[in-house]
Amino acid sequence: MTQKVLSGNYAQSYAAMLARTQVISAYPITPQTSIVEKLADFVASGELTAQYVKVESEHSALQVCVSAAALGARTYTATSSQGLLLMHELLHWASGMRAPIVMGVVNRAVAPPWNIGADHTDTMSQRDTGWIQFYAESNQEVLDTVLESFRLAEHPDVRLPVMVTEDAFYLSHTVEPVDVPEQSVVDAFLPPRESHAILTPGTASRLGSFTGPDHYVEFRRHVADAMERVPNILTIVEEEYQRATGRHHGGALPTYRTEDADAILITMGTATTTARSVVDELRASGRKVGLARLRLFRPFPDDEIRQLASTVDRIGVVDRSYTFGRMGPAATEVSGALYSASHRPALTSFLAGIGGRDVTPHEVHAMFETLLSGATPSTHWEDLEEEVKVDG
Amino acid sequence: MAKLTIPAQELMYSGHAACPGCGPALAMRLMLKGLGPRTILSIPACCWTVIGTPYPTTALRVGVLDNPIEATGASISGLRAAADALGMKDVNIVGFAGDGGTADIGLQALSGMLERRTNAIYVMYDNEAYMNTGIQRSGATPWGAWTTTTPTSGGLHGKPEAKKDIMGIVLAHRPAYAATLNPAFPEDFDRKVERARDIVGPRFLHIFAPCPPGWKFDSSETIALGRLATDTGVFPLYEVVDGQLHITRKTGELKPVVDYLKAQGRFRHLAGDDLVTIQTQVRTDYERLLHREREDLSRPH
Repeated sequence: MTQKVLSGNYAQSYAAMLARTQVISAYPITPQTSIVEKLADFVASGELTAQYVKVESEHSALQVCVSAAALGARTYTATSSQGLLLMHELLHWASGMRAPIVMGVVNRAVAPPWNIGADHTDTMSQRDTGWIQFYAESNQEVLDTVLESFRLAEHPDVRLPVMVTEDAFYLSHTVEPVDVPEQSVVDAFLPPRESHAILTPGTASRLGSFTGPDHYVEFRRHVADAMERVPNILTIVEEEYQRATGRHHGGALPTYRTEDADAILITMGTATTTARSVVDELRASGRKVGLARLRLFRPFPDDEIRQLASTVDRIGVVDRSYTFGRMGPAATEVSGALYSASHRPALTSFLAGIGGRDVTPHEVHAMFETLLSGATPSTHWEDLEEEVKVDG
Repeated sequence: MAKLTIPAQELMYSGHAACPGCGPALAMRLMLKGLGPRTILSIPACCWTVIGTPYPTTALRVGVLDNPIEATGASISGLRAAADALGMKDVNIVGFAGDGGTADIGLQALSGMLERRTNAIYVMYDNEAYMNTGIQRSGATPWGAWTTTTPTSGGLHGKPEAKKDIMGIVLAHRPAYAATLNPAFPEDFDRKVERARDIVGPRFLHIFAPCPPGWKFDSSETIALGRLATDTGVFPLYEVVDGQLHITRKTGELKPVVDYLKAQGRFRHLAGDDLVTIQTQVRTDYERLLHREREDLSRPH
């Protein structure tokens, strides 16, 4: 093991290299660029033996990965924001073709207006594409999750693509010490991909094809079943990763000081780190608050959410994006999970940090105060600036 | 007895779902004869999505990957990258796309594939409209042709714009090989496929692919119409190797274009000045091709 000072983006690059990715394809977009630049360096220096296909769009980047995966290669790409939106069509192709692609996504706001700050609208709007989605809190977790994701994606009971996301700039361009496992450790944890490739030169075969109603629904059901198997397989993969490296990131819904809590906030990504310090502060003054983090968003950790809700009366969900006409997307998911819970706490959807606005301790404080006061509005835009006026 | 020059092997099965007299079906059959079984095709949404027959059957004795309509160029780049990464030798990677999926929505991915010198063959089979969706005009539909979105009612003259010059666009990328092919001339067709097969680098084949229901002619006339297309100069046969253009079929005097136009219902509404306009354009284009060939031959190389 070596400790390096890495940005979240370089953590992605190092993980893709350690995974011995065979085909990389990417198109540049801020703030993803340093991921693919570093990978270009690795390939140029010979540290990584991979085919690196530099394409003319994100749509093509993901198509290259889908086609390369169809032939049996281990593939990686990375994107952000508008690039992910352009990939949307191919996201469905990747999951439908059961392509075990791993993709780094730097969560960034979508236009208009142009904004390159942290925001989850890009990946939230891809919830229904059949991709497994992880949201990382630290650069170490980025690296570890990318490696775990290859195992998960290529597992014969899963064979689905995975997004490993990180907040723009808070992780993508912020450096911190990261333990980088030795190649031999990664090789033992992640052997070469066992190909289930249908396409083989010299044989009649077709991947994709077309069907009428007589087969289509069964194909979709296969994807649904694979998604349902993810939680159990993730548990195994994380345990094996822990044995190999000593690190474990807490499964689908890591929790913090939730025992006996009167109010719990559910966060995603880097807002969690801020919220954790606020929990410590409030706990120190005798306020019973706790925290849970949606590390895995697809498949959604329904069981863990219901377990969390069983002992608390107030839950707030902090979303860094908004579903127009509804509420924060994570809040809608939590709300859905709670419907069949034996105990249903009051639920508030907090919107904060949208478009790269900082989620400050002050705001997290206010969220907990709102919950503890007993006022439980359904939706609350926590960091709107009343004095800021824009044309609408 | 004359020696057969077309390979006997059949890699396209009977039982496919093509219409009678289908040009794209002939194109596929002849192409696979030349390429052989170690071929993987990437096929976007197009007539061949359906011709290839539904799951769990296939009409082709090679590997087929489906891809979205605009992404064929990228798909073959991915297939070649994987073949190289996995050490798969002697495999033909071939994109097989229609004219809409190539000259319109797929142009960006095609350009990318050519620019990054992907070692693969890109085929555009040209039936000159979106036929699978019901005969809507594409950028490759010729001037004056009727389609369902370029009607001839109310005195309209069909498509008011010229056919997009896909070969010109492709040649601007300096491919390793580019050629026009016509299934009505199978020896020339097969020779070009085999030549393309044996060249390394980005290769492009533009295949003339008549569509009886879309062009409104009898399905028994596909080959006759194909011969007219080339012999009138509407679809001249040539190839470009390392930038050198060579016309592969010359018949002396071109036949009148009207012979080709009158054989198809999609041009039925054209008369008088329209026919003169088309004839003039075809002759100008053909002379330009002859000029390019002479220039290339006189250039030291």
